[in-house]
Amino acid sequence: MGPIGENEFFFLMQGLKWTVLLAIVGFIGGGIFGILIALLRTSKTKVARTITAGYIGVFQGTPLLMQLFVVYYGVALLGIEVNAWIAVAIAFTLHASAFLGEIWRGSIEAVPKGQTEAANALGLHYVSRMKDVILPQALKISMPATIGFLVQLIKGTSLAAIVGFIELTRAGQIISNQTYRPLLVFGIVGAIYFIICWPLSHAGSGLEKRMAKAAR
Amino acid sequence: MLNSAKDQPTLISLEDVQKWYGAFHALKSISLSVRKGEKIVLCGPSGSGKSTLIRCINALETIEDGKIVVEGQVLDGSAKSVDAIRREVGMVFQSFNLFPHMTVLQNCTLAPMRVRGTSRTDAERLARKFLERVRILDQAEKYPAQLSGGQQQRVAIARALCMEPKVMLFDEPTSALDPEMVKEVLDTMIGLARDGMTMICVTHEMGFARQVADRVIFMASGEIVEEAEPEVFFKSPKHERTKTFLGEILAHH
Repeated sequence: MGPIGENEFFFLMQGLKWTVLLAIVGFIGGGIFGILIALLRTSKTKVARTITAGYIGVFQGTPLLMQLFVVYYGVALLGIEVNAWIAVAIAFTLHASAFLGEIWRGSIEAVPKGQTEAANALGLHYVSRMKDVILPQALKISMPATIGFLVQLIKGTSLAAIVGFIELTRAGQIISNQTYRPLLVFGIVGAIYFIICWPLSHAGSGLEKRMAKAAR
Repeated sequence: MLNSAKDQPTLISLEDVQKWYGAFHALKSISLSVRKGEKIVLCGPSGSGKSTLIRCINALETIEDGKIVVEGQVLDGSAKSVDAIRREVGMVFQSFNLFPHMTVLQNCTLAPMRVRGTSRTDAERLARKFLERVRILDQAEKYPAQLSGGQQQRVAIARALCMEPKVMLFDEPTSALDPEMVKEVLDTMIGLARDGMTMICVTHEMGFARQVADRVIFMASGEIVEEAEPEVFFKSPKHERTKTFLGEILAHH
């Protein structure tokens, strides 16, 4: 058994950096496309609704691990050389946009119909109606679920190890193999995930409670 | 009657309007014309189509047949005609429908800024003018949830007025209010009527109808059953359904 010293800890921190970066990329990419998905999903055009429903169905109905595989090796098969970063960023963006799109679709529909009617009666057009009236209310409604998904996404980044990414879990595995102290190493790794995710979950349920109170 | 609208030009006309919800015939050959400055009260039992009728005028509902003209603009379902009509027609809802994430002032400035392209300064000046008119300017920086129902409805009236509409539609504006708040909203509406606004009000407030209406229209089962000046309407209703309805509604007032 080897010691777990400064170097090993530094290595884990390197892994943590990638974990956080992956989650941020997935969340931002997924957020931008997710809004688009949610808007198409709630649009008047049936084709747009059907296509986005299919998109959401595919990405919610298949494992993230498989999605990573498909993007990483699938894109390579097309003859395009992509590094792991790009492939993983694309996969996480697709994955997150499907889930966030569906969460936000629900929130948009949860905004009372009277809000749309009032906006229409005032002559507001689609862009203003969405940007100024509906989306701010929908995003507020969606906050607990959105934060919940962010927590899932942070933990889900560990799957990026499969395509050769040394993020936190993979870094832990490497250290564990070097030091033969799996329990200690993964204890530390688990604690790091917990330190990041727990405050988020806590904030999410706090928001939920406050909103439940406000709705009474 | 507060003023005579008899010689004024027609502002709104409905010809033979038909509206279906699936198999339910919600509006049956409705024809109605409203002159500039006229105040019309629409009443009738629930499900009689009165709300549907006014919601067709600003295209919140589509019609299956017939013709709606507002200020010379035919409502043909095109985005252009809908825009043109909504610019002239303001609406106040039973459930206020204020935007809860905006202050009272922001509620009032949003549409002028986005639809008319008014600058923020001008929109705020306009908003303050109308908030003062509904006597709620002191609450301008508050959020709707911090106000009482009556105050919220007055803000909703001010918000609609900020678009400087030629007609105001009221869809049961006092039905969701506690009794002690009904008066402040009705007083605001009476004030608006006195200033010459053209108004179509769906309401069961018969005192209001007596006081300001030029015509009271009674609807039942999607049809206009009877229309008359308020004195005639209340004193000597012709149809049996009108008599029954008035009997029921006046017994509670």
